[in-house]
Amino acid sequence: MSGFARRFARNRPAVAGLIVLAAIVAIALAAPALYPQSPFALVGKPFQPPFAEFLFGTDQLGRDVTAEVVHGARTTLLIGLLATAVAVVFGMIVGGIAGYFGGRVDALLMRFTEIFQTIPFFLFAILLVAVLTPSVRNVTLAIALVSWPAMARLARGEFLATRNREFILACESMGMTHARIIVAHIVPNTLSAIIVTASLMVASAILIESGLSFLGLSDPNVISWGYIIGEGRTALRTAWWVCTIPGIAILLTVMAINLVGEGLNDALNPRLRSV
Amino acid sequence: MSAAGSEPVLVIDRLCVDLPPWAERPRAVDDVSLELRQDEILCVVGESGSGKSVMARAILGLFPSRHVKPSGGRVLYRGEDLLTAPPARLRELRGSRIAMIFQEPMTALNPVLTLGRQIEEAIEIHRATPRAQRRRRVLDMLAAVHLPDPARIFDAYPHQVSGGQRQRAMIAMALTLEPDVLIADEPTTALDVTTQAQILALIREIQAARRMAVLFITHDFGVVAEIADRITVMQRGRLVEQGDRAIVLQSPSNSYTETLLAAVPDLVPRRPRENLSGDIAMRVRGLHKTFRGGGILSAGNARLVHAVNDVTFDIGRGETLGIVGESGSGKSTLARCIARLVQPDAGEIRIGELDFGRLAHGALRRARKRVQMVFQDPYGSLDPRRTVGSLIAEGPIVHGVAASAAWERALQLLELVGLDSRAGERYPHEFSGGQRQRIGLARALALEPQVLIADEPVSALDVSVQAQVLRLLADIRERLHLTVLFITHDLRVAAQVCDSTAVMRHGEIVEYGPTAQLFTAPRHAYTRELLAAVPGRAWSEQRASARSTA
Repeated sequence: MSGFARRFARNRPAVAGLIVLAAIVAIALAAPALYPQSPFALVGKPFQPPFAEFLFGTDQLGRDVTAEVVHGARTTLLIGLLATAVAVVFGMIVGGIAGYFGGRVDALLMRFTEIFQTIPFFLFAILLVAVLTPSVRNVTLAIALVSWPAMARLARGEFLATRNREFILACESMGMTHARIIVAHIVPNTLSAIIVTASLMVASAILIESGLSFLGLSDPNVISWGYIIGEGRTALRTAWWVCTIPGIAILLTVMAINLVGEGLNDALNPRLRSV
Repeated sequence: MSAAGSEPVLVIDRLCVDLPPWAERPRAVDDVSLELRQDEILCVVGESGSGKSVMARAILGLFPSRHVKPSGGRVLYRGEDLLTAPPARLRELRGSRIAMIFQEPMTALNPVLTLGRQIEEAIEIHRATPRAQRRRRVLDMLAAVHLPDPARIFDAYPHQVSGGQRQRAMIAMALTLEPDVLIADEPTTALDVTTQAQILALIREIQAARRMAVLFITHDFGVVAEIADRITVMQRGRLVEQGDRAIVLQSPSNSYTETLLAAVPDLVPRRPRENLSGDIAMRVRGLHKTFRGGGILSAGNARLVHAVNDVTFDIGRGETLGIVGESGSGKSTLARCIARLVQPDAGEIRIGELDFGRLAHGALRRARKRVQMVFQDPYGSLDPRRTVGSLIAEGPIVHGVAASAAWERALQLLELVGLDSRAGERYPHEFSGGQRQRIGLARALALEPQVLIADEPVSALDVSVQAQVLRLLADIRERLHLTVLFITHDLRVAAQVCDSTAVMRHGEIVEYGPTAQLFTAPRHAYTRELLAAVPGRAWSEQRASARSTA
């Protein structure tokens, strides 16, 4: 594992991304301590510019934008992680079974996956949230439901490639059960590709969540970055900071996650790097 | 030109090629000097990693990556130093004066262009020749390399012709501008033995007709004995011996050359073993396996491939049965059918009294330990994420042995196959190819199989490592009284390892009998053809008779 850490550390942008990401996570975790008051609380005059009474000013209702962004980070990151986790587990099960058993099972499961892929994913997410009433749980579910096909396709490819390696034949000829072969031998060999893709999926989940919140399709009782932008967009010309600050937060987070993902890719698959 | 063989066309003078700092040795090629004369074939022999390919490619300034670069010496083509020549001059020489052919013609040819077009292109780059004349020239060349129906080959794409034909087309391409130096980098390694014999004869013929200088890179001493005028032996980037063919092959002065030569298995079968009991360990009757080509849409006219067609044989307890055949003969499918990794369509597989071919599900899983396999690819047959010890112990654990007992047994097996028991804690990537094959063998033995199937267990290994692994296998076979089904394409290996041999072609066994009999008095025409095609046959026979008189 030290070799992995060394290869990751050699990648400067990835380390920078990791630092930014760690800072964002730390702020999110510390939100209740930093701003014990509810982020929805009205604390001052509306539309105060940044760097005056409040660090990032106030919005149209007089809420502290800083408190909103700090608390919003919790929701946004939580939804990103949970949605990805659900998508990874479901995608690996479907794709893994398809890739391992092949044949008719594969054809059936992949056609099923394609049904999901034929629907434009963002419209699908909007539809789901609109039908299911916007709540944190439903938004997470909707994002997972539009994200898993990509993971299923990847898992299928990885399982298929690993399945045909000779060491899997050796396992089979030793009399191992399918479950043991999959869990003990195939999954560990596909994990690096899946970790890399999952890390990038977190970034796209955050973007989908922001998009949904921007359209007003988020839990109205829970603050998130997309929600702040959605609320502030009507006042964009007079109070730019209300949209801009959470926008920058999204930009930084997604970029940091992407850099970390790239770094993981290089560190986990050293053979792919050009000499 | 002066008299034959006297004038050096290409001189490599104290050439050094540096490797990047993280490589395991500082130089790929270390202070190598050689001369290639007109009208001769100089063979450069070495095992993998000897630097022979890097040296050959350095001549034309083709380096595998930008971190590998020449650091000293000269490469003189008719007095002109190619290492310092500008890129434009090198491009001018490549293909027209110094041509190169590669190991794998499938990847060296562009799959979306016809063969004729690609050869034409070689002319186009270097000469302004009218189109009709170009075409005629290409057709002439295709005929010169004995391709049947040159007009058809001209319009064929690489995948539409056989491997041997592709290599012929590559040679035609290399020769169309009449170069005076041909560099051949393992040109027959990817080919079957009968095709290899034809390509070697072709290279010999064309070289003699055009009085070309040929630098022939190979790892195979059989090929060397077949084709070389002079021989250069390389080891770890250094040149260790150089001389005329007869001298190097018969009385090498360097100990490494001697080891390499001694490691080449003899084609004369060793004396039959006498300690075989005679009872049958495995009985195979009428085994069939057919693969269906094409998808579900072409069900009506799907292409059928009879990979295994009515195969019948017995293996006695303690006996080693060899299955030899060229690629596509169905020998690997046969092995996998017998190990029940591929479901046979029909036929019977019995291990002792057990009807192994009819078992299913749980009963099959429990019986699988009776048949174990050793695979060809030392890099693909071990799970890279598990320690060696746990890989070996896993089989017995699956079959109900306690973890501690299985682990202890794994360590004993590691010692049995000649590895340190501390190897158990390490991961497969820390071992060399030969060591990995030993680990694969230990894994197979851990389940105490009644039949061991070895599917080309040494064909991915260097000749000296191959000899070690074969010795180990022979030793363990005696000690454990193992029954072995040995799959190989290499008749030399079969001659040394197998008690009986079956020759397969197109899924069928064409000849089957005691190895000594099959090698000395083959009855089937195909067996005779295979035996005749083994490179260096004459040299081997000479060597064997010299040994028996000594």
